[in-house]
Parts: sequence; structure tokens; C-alpha cells
Amino acid sequence: MKRTTVLLAAVLAFGILLWAENALLINGAGATFPSPIYSKWFDVYQQKNANIHFNYQSVGSGAGIKQTTDGTVDFGASDMPLTDEQLSAYQAKRGSALLHFPTVLGAVVPTYNVQGVSAALNFTPDALAGIFLGKITKWNDAAIAKANKGVNLPAQDIVVIHRSDGSGTTFIWTDYLSKVSDEWKNKVSKATSVNWPVGLGGKSNEGVTGLVKQTPYSIGYVELTYAVQNNIPYGTVKNSSGNFVKADLASVTAAAAAAANVMPDDFRVSITNAPGKTAYPIASFTWLLIPAKIQEAGKRDAIKSFLKWMLEDGQAYNEQLTYAKLPKEVVAKELKAISKVQ
Amino acid sequence: MPGAGSVAGSRSFLSKLRDGDEIARLITFLFAATVVLITILLVYELWVNSALPRHKFGLHFFVTQVWDPVMDEYGALPFMYGTVVTSVVALLIAVPLGIGASIFLAELAPPRISDTLQFFIDLLAAVPSVIYGVLGIFIVVPLMRTGIYSGLNKPFGFLPIFKGPSYGVGFLTAGIVLAIMVIPYIISVSREVLLSVPRDQREAALALGSTRWESTWKVVVPFAKTGIMGSIFLALARALGETMAVTMVIGNSPKISASLFAPGYSIAAVIANEFTEATGELYTQSLIALGLVLFILTFVLNGLARLLIVLTTQKGSGKGNQ
Amino acid sequence: MSARLYWRKTVSNLMLTMTGVCAFVSVAILFLILGYLVYNGGTSINWAFFTQLPKPVGEVGGGMANAIVGSAKLLLAASVFGVPIGFLGGIYLAEFSGAKVASVVRYAADLLNGVPSIVIGIFAYSLAVKPFRQFSTLAGAFALGMMMIPITLRSTEEFLGAVPRMLREGAMALGASKWKTISTVIVPAAYRGILTAILLALARVAGETAPLLFTALGNRYWSPGWNQPTASLPVMIYNYANSAYEDWHRQAWAAGLVLLGLILIINILARTILSRGIAVPRS
Repeated sequence: MKRTTVLLAAVLAFGILLWAENALLINGAGATFPSPIYSKWFDVYQQKNANIHFNYQSVGSGAGIKQTTDGTVDFGASDMPLTDEQLSAYQAKRGSALLHFPTVLGAVVPTYNVQGVSAALNFTPDALAGIFLGKITKWNDAAIAKANKGVNLPAQDIVVIHRSDGSGTTFIWTDYLSKVSDEWKNKVSKATSVNWPVGLGGKSNEGVTGLVKQTPYSIGYVELTYAVQNNIPYGTVKNSSGNFVKADLASVTAAAAAAANVMPDDFRVSITNAPGKTAYPIASFTWLLIPAKIQEAGKRDAIKSFLKWMLEDGQAYNEQLTYAKLPKEVVAKELKAISKVQ
Repeated sequence: MPGAGSVAGSRSFLSKLRDGDEIARLITFLFAATVVLITILLVYELWVNSALPRHKFGLHFFVTQVWDPVMDEYGALPFMYGTVVTSVVALLIAVPLGIGASIFLAELAPPRISDTLQFFIDLLAAVPSVIYGVLGIFIVVPLMRTGIYSGLNKPFGFLPIFKGPSYGVGFLTAGIVLAIMVIPYIISVSREVLLSVPRDQREAALALGSTRWESTWKVVVPFAKTGIMGSIFLALARALGETMAVTMVIGNSPKISASLFAPGYSIAAVIANEFTEATGELYTQSLIALGLVLFILTFVLNGLARLLIVLTTQKGSGKGNQ
Repeated sequence: MSARLYWRKTVSNLMLTMTGVCAFVSVAILFLILGYLVYNGGTSINWAFFTQLPKPVGEVGGGMANAIVGSAKLLLAASVFGVPIGFLGGIYLAEFSGAKVASVVRYAADLLNGVPSIVIGIFAYSLAVKPFRQFSTLAGAFALGMMMIPITLRSTEEFLGAVPRMLREGAMALGASKWKTISTVIVPAAYRGILTAILLALARVAGETAPLLFTALGNRYWSPGWNQPTASLPVMIYNYANSAYEDWHRQAWAAGLVLLGLILIINILARTILSRGIAVPRS
């Protein structure tokens, strides 16, 4: 009977372990773009509110949208605002509306691994479109070289790296390319998952960063934070005013300036290729997707109070992780919109 | 029905019940039936949930190269290509190594060493896929970029399969990782069938003056040929269904290229990457359709493998002396 | 000795040496894997790894305590689901069923065994996640348990069938009913083999990643109860290895070492139990 005693002891131990975990668990899934700041926020929030655990899984905006629509998670996150079609699909499936809450401003940067080049390369919209369409195949191609006079670009093949999973970062990137290149718009278009003409696929922002870091002569697109945190070089992009702008807090904030005043009520907006001399052209808001109707009172209150905290106190953490703060007008509008969550 | 019941003649249902026999029979039957039920349900779900692409694309699904979630156009060809190519590469590497090793274990090594080595081979089979993937990323991929690439591309670069640049990830890398994963299956099954070849076959060959190698290669191995084929099919079935290790090193690019250095995609890898995010019924169901294709492929191969192995061991156990 | 004979003998020695090389290479790979993980992950295995929760993205440190417990819970629940089905089903096949029913059940089990784990993941998602609108430990256990059934079933049937007739007939001669014979004589006689099979089935699913991606998702924290998403070792390894953070790589290697170590220990344990028990034919 020693075996039964051991078994009983094990079951008891488990029981105790499980009983000890009394916290309210709120599950969310979505974008990898803001994953560093979200995991920081949820961590800080949990330290202030011990019994509330926000479990955020960064699985990509595509999965975030799908899982939110299927109702398998309590909230979602996406760098691509849902299309009208997706919103009505949500309404049909879940019986309520889905609200978008912008959280931070971020940038998608072209990051590369070219031996001998550690400086920031200048990329024109044509160069980026050409590279990702597979038409510009060598690093020393004229389209790249003419914007980078004085830089010794090697005659090596460019290895294009894109996302293999459904990604809001992909949406931001392809949204920008669609705006600056008709060929891209017609051939590939913009979405979280597209039919890439060339390149290797990496999973999540983390995966693309990893692949770029390990693959010589590669170029990929990642959220600014990942390039900064992992110390890989990223280039400047020519904006609509003709200036080569590097992604940083100032240029990202400038990109949102025009949209801030005319933010629609549902907060769905695209700020790629924004006007402004210092605006970074591949910037974007990213959104939390919150159902308008949440059944469980505990979860509803926790989510609402988190949103409030995020808008008032959470923004203070943005800049140290290289995300720009939300414009004041947007914050004010959002605080009012929290009451829509019932 | 054997047992105490029939000995006592016609016992009443109640007395059998009291002894627990009928209950036991019923309960264990229910559990056995559950196995069949689960299997039927699985096939049913796969079939029903892949109806849309079947109706929309029909057989075209198998010859379309496009995989475009934006345009809602899906084709299985790049994934079937990638799955087949990586598996073939894996077999090309694993079969010679595996058969060679199994010959050593079955014919040459003394029983204790043979058993010990087989023990380690069985442990190799137990290593999880994700760990092979990790090793693939950190060991094979860098090697592929440098050593392996220059070793193959410089002398053989004119061949279409070795043309083009190397990204580190790609068909060949996935093939190499898969090869390591399936070697244990080839070895353990081949070793078993070789061991089951009757002694007199070997001894007859040696008595006729053949060398050790000749008796092995020309007599024993051909005798066990079908069983060895079975082990290869088993390995192939395993390779086709492999997910994690492949998706970490294949490059995740749904393109068909002749070059082994190019990135590609496999059925299992695309399902793993895109299933949880496929919005839209056609997209999701196309992925499930791919799953169904994979299921059918592995099902057929496993069945064939089993048949071949059984045939060989039956032959070896002395049903006729050929 | 004629030249031709000399040639044939040389070829023979050469080829046989080559087969030895093949065997050596195959076995060496196992030690290469272990060595690599020990070298790279060994230093990262510390107290923090086993007791701490993961840190926010990009921050150094933290551990995988929740993933270890999560994997343990998944395996426990998977066994509770899969082992009884396999075990009792195996008893039915060995003791009660007729030949036709037995072959159908065996066929179904073999089919289930050959299903790629990603397809099991799809099935588990549509059955255990979508209708309940919840990623959960139970859904993950359902997927893993399904994979344990075939091994348990076939092995139970085989080891029960190998129990000597003497034992059965002795029990019956003493007047025991069929069920009593099974439960008090036959199963205990075969228990070593069955236990081995359960351990091997456990080792097989312990490392599975793909089905968990669709069922258990992942969890930054402890997973309360059984109805919530949970972290697990294989999924953590997958996510961390795919990233660019050096610290995450080290943790992935450490987790890989722990996982592989666990699986190998279970395998070695299972085979030792078997070899010291009643000699039964291997499948």
C-alpha cells in the first residue's frame, strides 16, 4: 500500500498548489508588435493588484483577431484595425460590438545584417518596394546605392525576411508599401498575411529579429523595440516630405500628430506615410480589442480599470521601451470610451 | 465463451452479473469502443471541416501553387512539394546510414553490445521534435550557411538542386534534421527483421565460400528486403508528419524551387504557423484540407509498412524455404 | 590466396567496418545532443529556473516554474484520460473479445497512432477548445491523452496475452470468475509490461509541442485549476528558441536539457523495469 500513499500524497500536493492560486486570470492574445510593453504593463499592474493576472500571449495580430472573434480569449490585440467585414463577423458570432483601444505608438523599421555596414542605411520607398517585390536583388543595386553615397555596399544577394504568421506588423508594412507603390498594391496588397513574392518566413517579431541577426545580408521588418533591444542596425526611410527619417520617439509622435485631432470614434486609423517634415512614414497605433459586452463582472471591472490605468499611468513606461506615448487628445477620447464596455 | 461460465453450463444472467463478469465485459467493451469512436470522429471531423475547399477548388487544390490569404486562393502544391522533398532528402541520408548500422547490430555485434547500442538508438527515438528543431537552428543552420554549402555548391553548383545562395534554412537543412530523427526507426525495425532471417540462409552462403560481407549483402539482406522496405515506409511516414523541427528550419516560404538550398514549406509547418490565425472559413478549411491530405498519406504509408514487415517476419519464421 | 579472393576479403572487411561506422555515428548523435544541451544549458539550470516565473519580454532572468508545473499537470491529466481507455480496452481485446471485433479495435488504434500530432491538434481544437471557447489544460490533456491510447492499448493486450496459460487455468480451477482471474492474477502478472508501456507513452507525449499550440496556448503565470491556458516546457522552448534574445536562448537550452533528461530517465526506467520482469516478446 506504499504506492497508494505516495499517489495520495502527490494528489494532495497538487491540490494544495492549485488551491493556493486564487487569482483572477484574464486571457488575451495578439500582436507581437507591442508585446514588450504589454508584458511590462501587465507585470507592473499585477504587482499593484496582486490577484489580477493578465495572461497575454503574443501570437500575432492575425491569431489575436481570430481568437477574439471565436471567443476563446477575453481580449485581443492587433496592429491592424479590424475591417468592417471582420467587425460584422464579430457582431454576428459574439452578439456584441468589438471596441478598439489604441495603446501605444510604434514604428516598423527595416532592419538588416550587412557585413561592414553598421551605419543606418537610407531607404527610399521605391527601394523598399523593389526589395520586397524581389526586383532589387543585390545590396549594391543603384536604387539603394544612390541614397547611400559613401557607403560601401557589397555585391551580395539580398535575403528578404518576412513574417510566417498572421501579423499586424506585416499589415503596417504592407499598408505603407501599398501607399507608396502601385505595383505592390496591385500585386500583393495589404493584410496580416500576404502572398510574399520572395523571402523567408520567421515567426513573430522575435523570429524575424532572430533570423535577421543570424542570416548575413538579410533584410527584414520589425517593430522598433526589437531592433533596439537586440542591437541590430536599422535604416532610415524617406517620408512623404522627402526627408530620410530614422524611427524614434520624436518622429513617431510626429507621425500621429495629424491624426490625433481627427481620430474617429472607433479609433480605427492608419498613419503610415503621414504628412509632416519630421514624421516617420512607417508608424502605427496598436490596439487592444475589447468586447463591448463582457459577461463576468470580475473580468469586466478588471479590464476597465486596467484600461484606465494604462491611459493614465501606463503611458509613463512607453518611452523606456521605445514606444511613443499616445497623443493627449486620443487619451482623453479613450477615457470617455471606456464606459462603452459593459 | 471460455471461462467459468461455460463450465457451469447455463448460468443465469444475474449470477454472471453478480460475479462481475458481464459488467466487466461491458465496461471494457465500452472503453475499447471508445478507441474506435475517437478514430472515426477524427476522420469525420477532418472530412466535414474541409468541405469548402473541396467544393470550391476540387482537384485543382492539388496543383495550385498559390497560397494567398488576401485573395482567398489556396493551393496545396508548394506544401506537398516541400513535405515530399524534405522527406526524400531525409531518406537518402538516413537509409544508407540506418541499414548499415542495422547490419552491424544484427550481424556483427555480439548480442550484448547489439542490445546496448539498440538501447541507445531507442533513446534517440525518444528525443522530442522541438529539441531537434533547436539543434537544427543552432548547429545545422550555421553549418549549412558555411561548410555544407561550400562543400556542395562549389563543385556541384551547376546542378539545379545545388544552385543558388544558401540562407541557412531551407529544404536541405530540414532534410538533414529529419534524417537524424528517422534513423532510429530504420535501425530498430531493420535490425529486428535481419535477426529473424533463419540461420541456415547465412550458413549456406558461408558454406559455399562467400565472405562475411557477401553472405550478408547478397543473401541475408535480400531475404529481409521487404521488411527493410517496411522500415523505410515507417520512417517516411514519421518524416512526413514532423512539425516542429521542420518549421524551425525550413524557411516557411510557400515556394517551389529546384534548389535544395532554397527555403520552402511543408504541410505540417503551415498548419502549425497559420491555423490559430486563419480568419475566414475558406482559409481555415483549406488548412484542415491540408491536414486531411497529410493524414491520408501517413495512413497509406503506415499500412503498407506494416504489411511489408509482417510478410518478412512470417517468411523468416520458416513458412517455406526459399 | 588468389588476387580475387584477396579483393573480396578486403571489400568484406571494408564494408563491415563501414557498417560499424554507421552504427557508431547513429549512437554518437544521441551523445552529441546531450552534450550540446549540457554544455549550453547546464549553466542556466539554477534555482531561479525551477522556481521563478518568466520575466517581461526583453528583461533578463526569470525561470520556467509555471511551465514545469504546467507540463506535469498536462501529463497527469493526459494519463487520467488516455491510460484507462488504453488499459481497459486492452483487457477487452485480450480477455473478452472475438477475433473480428479485436481486429477492428486494433486497426483503429494503429490508425490513431500514425496520425501526425499536428492533425491531433486540429481535432482537439475543434472538439475541446472551440465549442467551449476556452484554451485549457484539459484540452491539451485531451490531445496528449489521445496519443497515449494506442501504445497503452496494444501493449496491454500483448502483455496480458503473454501471461502463461498455467496461471489462468490455476485460477479457474480454484473457482474464480473471469473478472476475478483477470484482476487478481493476470493483470498483476503482466503489470511490469503494462507499466513500461504507460511510461513509454508518457515519455512520448511529454515532448509534444504542436498539439499544445492549439489547445493549451500558454500562460505567463500559474494556471489555476484545469480550465485555463497553461505554460508547458515544449512550447516555452519553441518560443524562446525562435527569439533573438540571448537570455531566452540560454533558458531554452536549459529547458531542453530538463525536458530531455526527464524523457530519457522515464525511458531508461521503463526499459529496466521490463528487462527485470517476465520475459515477454517485444512488439
